[in-house]
Amino acid sequence: MENNKVLSVKNLHVHYVTSEMTAKAVNGIDFEVQEGKALGLVGETGAGKTTTALSIMQLIPDPPGIIVDGEIEFEGKNVIYNTDKENEAMRGNGISMIFQDPMTALNPIMTVGEQLAEVVLTHEKVSKAEAKKRVIDLLEIVGVKADRYDDYPHQFSGGQKQRVVIAMSLLCNPKLLIADEPTTALDVTIQAQVLDIINNLREKYKMAMILITHDLGVVAETCDNVAIMYAGQIVESGTVKEVYLNPKHPYTRGLFESIPKLDDDATELIPIEGAISNAADLPTGCYFHPRCRYCQEICKKQQPSQHGDEHKFMCHFDLFSKEEK
Amino acid sequence: MENKENQVLIETKRLKKYFPVPAGFLHAVDDVNLTINKGETLGIVGESGCGKSTLGRVILRLHEATSGDVLYDGMDINNFSAEEMRFMRQNMQIIFQDPYASLNPRMTIGQIIEEPLKLHKIYKTAEERRARVEELMDLVGLPMRSYNQYPHEFDGGRRQRVVIARALSINPQFIVCDEPVSALDVSVQAQILNLLMDLQKKMGLTYMFISHDLSVVKHISTNIGVMYLGQLIEKAPKKNIFEKPLHPYTIALLSAIPSTNVLQKSKKVILKGEITSPINPKVGCRFATRCPFATEKCMNENPQFVEAVPNHFVACHRWEEVANGTLKYEGQ
Repeated sequence: MENNKVLSVKNLHVHYVTSEMTAKAVNGIDFEVQEGKALGLVGETGAGKTTTALSIMQLIPDPPGIIVDGEIEFEGKNVIYNTDKENEAMRGNGISMIFQDPMTALNPIMTVGEQLAEVVLTHEKVSKAEAKKRVIDLLEIVGVKADRYDDYPHQFSGGQKQRVVIAMSLLCNPKLLIADEPTTALDVTIQAQVLDIINNLREKYKMAMILITHDLGVVAETCDNVAIMYAGQIVESGTVKEVYLNPKHPYTRGLFESIPKLDDDATELIPIEGAISNAADLPTGCYFHPRCRYCQEICKKQQPSQHGDEHKFMCHFDLFSKEEK
Repeated sequence: MENKENQVLIETKRLKKYFPVPAGFLHAVDDVNLTINKGETLGIVGESGCGKSTLGRVILRLHEATSGDVLYDGMDINNFSAEEMRFMRQNMQIIFQDPYASLNPRMTIGQIIEEPLKLHKIYKTAEERRARVEELMDLVGLPMRSYNQYPHEFDGGRRQRVVIARALSINPQFIVCDEPVSALDVSVQAQILNLLMDLQKKMGLTYMFISHDLSVVKHISTNIGVMYLGQLIEKAPKKNIFEKPLHPYTIALLSAIPSTNVLQKSKKVILKGEITSPINPKVGCRFATRCPFATEKCMNENPQFVEAVPNHFVACHRWEEVANGTLKYEGQ
């Protein structure tokens, strides 16, 4: 089995510090992304997904954000100690990011063609004509016609804009693509088109991807591996198949039980009671214990450690192993 | 089946809402005929810009209809005077999508829930109102200590509970729920869906549930209507919609939903193109530009909204071929 890791994150801690409080957004996460593989990062609002992505891109707003501890190794180099220049070189060529909202990711007073060509010209020594050609080729690949090169962003629909943003992120052949909720702002039929494009491109360029989403369905359709985040920690991770068929953490279970499924007619959803804890005021012990229906004394006092090798989970108990056959 | 289950509460007849825009008229709701029975939920699905929210608002007369009728329990409310309408509003309420924008940040939770009671002068004394507010808070699962708290102290799920309590305060029969869970995280979404369904059972409420999320709509609805560019193109009991959809758009929409089933990967229908402009739409089926089965007739003639199977309505020239299986998307 090939095991070329593109990115490895170790024990990452990120805090947002203000004079009034310290919000602990990311609290010690570890994961790896292999060449050509896609990792889904799933969690609710405030779980620390976007902060993780921004840390990798070295785009954490500072102040108030501080990477307190940990390593982020991209192609064997710890990016935390990068200079600004090294970061610039890494973004675009090495790691590229697609943001959630295609409406705000483009400059409204530049034509789409100009802003895409600018990306190529910034990162590579090519002539303007070559840059234009590369942009047009890539726009065609994502399904935007060449004659729209001189149009402005407002002339595009949401789905078209997201295609432009995807094209922009791929212009310099990145090794790793971070897509932060790339289809959340889109309608389902358009979402299907865009996911189809992303999947095809990944295959074509053997690109690794981190897909950030709250939609378990989107992960099932695009990713190889999945990491479930809660309160800045990865509470469960493994291959999509393993985690979806045999979730081991009560939170993961809860997530699956609380979404209505199309292929089953359950009348009652089982919600997770309460809401995610405030990052500035995390509970003691297991961060999930106030909402956990299996909570025991030990959960209130002591942080659980990680269990498992391939399929990892963070819980004091292995609650569901008996169900396995 | 009991008789009361088939009583029609809401009916629209050829309902239209056009908005004037510089380029002409935007056909937000175009010729919609539907009925909602008492105690049932009609789910309305469709993509952004298809007119589902406008439809909800026109039914409540929050927008005046351009033409057509809205019948509430047989009464044509479009002809009601302002005074009559004000009285009528006690029966019909709306829950909006964004619980962060629909609560006054300077009022306490208690005041917010109490306000409709004051407006409609339902109780004479402050004590009676207070008792009713406490009853409502209990009903939607809000702790009493939140009576004097402000909305900013609440997360999305609890805010939506406040919105629901406020909507229920004056005992409405009919509630339009406009994407009530879209802004919430999945774990909290389930809490609110369960609450809405419990309340329906307890109080016999009738819902029109607008959402772009088909799995949510499937969960809560009795019947489902699919909208496309201002028109209702298919409406049927939810079982029919999911098991035997007749409109090519409905089929594509269903297949596009990402599934969490990792054992069985379904083949997706990837539609070409996007929803076209609802401004001055041309004659012909509005889905024809994206429909792989479109013929000359589809381009030039409006399909009628017909009852294909009892209770199953569809607006497609070729529904019979879809029904008997001769028209199929590749790989389906």
